[in-house]
Amino acid sequence: MNLWLVMVGMGVVTYGIRLSFFVFVHHSSLPALARDALRYVTPAVLTAIIVPAVLYVDGAGEFDPWVTNARVPAALLAVAVAALTKNVWATIAVGMCALWLLEWLN
Amino acid sequence: MPLRLADMPPTRSSEFSAGIRAQLPLLLGVTPFGLAYGAYAVESGLSPGFSQAMSVVVFGGASQFVGARQMASEVPGIIIVLTALLVNSRHMLYSASLAPYVDGLQARWRWLLAYLLTDEAYAPAIVRYQQPDVSVNKHWFLLGSAVALWVDWQVTTAIGVFAGAAVPASWALDFALPLTFIAIVVPSIKDRPGLAAAIVAGTVAAFGFRWPYGLNVLVPALLGLAVAMAIAVRMPRAVSAADATEAA
Repeated sequence: MNLWLVMVGMGVVTYGIRLSFFVFVHHSSLPALARDALRYVTPAVLTAIIVPAVLYVDGAGEFDPWVTNARVPAALLAVAVAALTKNVWATIAVGMCALWLLEWLN
Repeated sequence: MPLRLADMPPTRSSEFSAGIRAQLPLLLGVTPFGLAYGAYAVESGLSPGFSQAMSVVVFGGASQFVGARQMASEVPGIIIVLTALLVNSRHMLYSASLAPYVDGLQARWRWLLAYLLTDEAYAPAIVRYQQPDVSVNKHWFLLGSAVALWVDWQVTTAIGVFAGAAVPASWALDFALPLTFIAIVVPSIKDRPGLAAAIVAGTVAAFGFRWPYGLNVLVPALLGLAVAMAIAVRMPRAVSAADATEAA
């Protein structure tokens, strides 16, 4: 099949997903329970993205959920900073510096 | 996240620029990802123009990597399209989550914002939408956040295509993305269902990382939401933020 056609197909289905509740389906047609659940999309989806990026060495290598993986303590420190400061830049600064320091020490 | 004084209603341009500023930390992590995509796509044998066009037409990082790999391995087109559908299906949760806030917008706004709706655009925008002030211009914040990401993704794709991945892996800049998400998720957890959603989704994702077709995010997220609701229905009913918005 023509690759351009395939790529446009990828774009159409992706756009369709993003349009779903903006244009095609009204959110009021969802059951009440599902609408309530949407309040928790941020902790559910983003945590599912965060955790593997921390527990796998360099974000994609071997599974290492222990302190031998510098991303683990760096991320725990970042969680503490985020809880205390609620500041994005402070969280990134502390997390990145901790990661660089730990990798430099290794 | 920007805090605002109640006596200064935010204008369109102040919301737009606040959205851009909120996107900047995410761009630290997105930039090496965009460079890597551009380099990977041409290494896989796709033409520079095609690789760039995919960033415009699909505009979804993980699905573009998977798509480029499948095209290089001559996977049947229908499978490639279905894979993109699955990999990007989590965006339906973002669409549903933001839908109540974009309800009153003209259709052309909703079509535009939907095209730009990604993980990185969603994360700061939902924080902004959930702030209690009654700004009528919050969609400009989402637009600013999303446009900043879009521009970065196109530019880094182009650099990756023509110059290769330019950020040394040892800088570990990709780690800035989970760090930014941590800074957004931690303050977003305000009750037990929210905490449960994070713990369940995180635990399942830890073990499901190698699951294909985006199931490594979708399945943990849906399980997290299910457990959150199982706990929420057992709690005494309080007036939720969603109810308050609906009543307004």
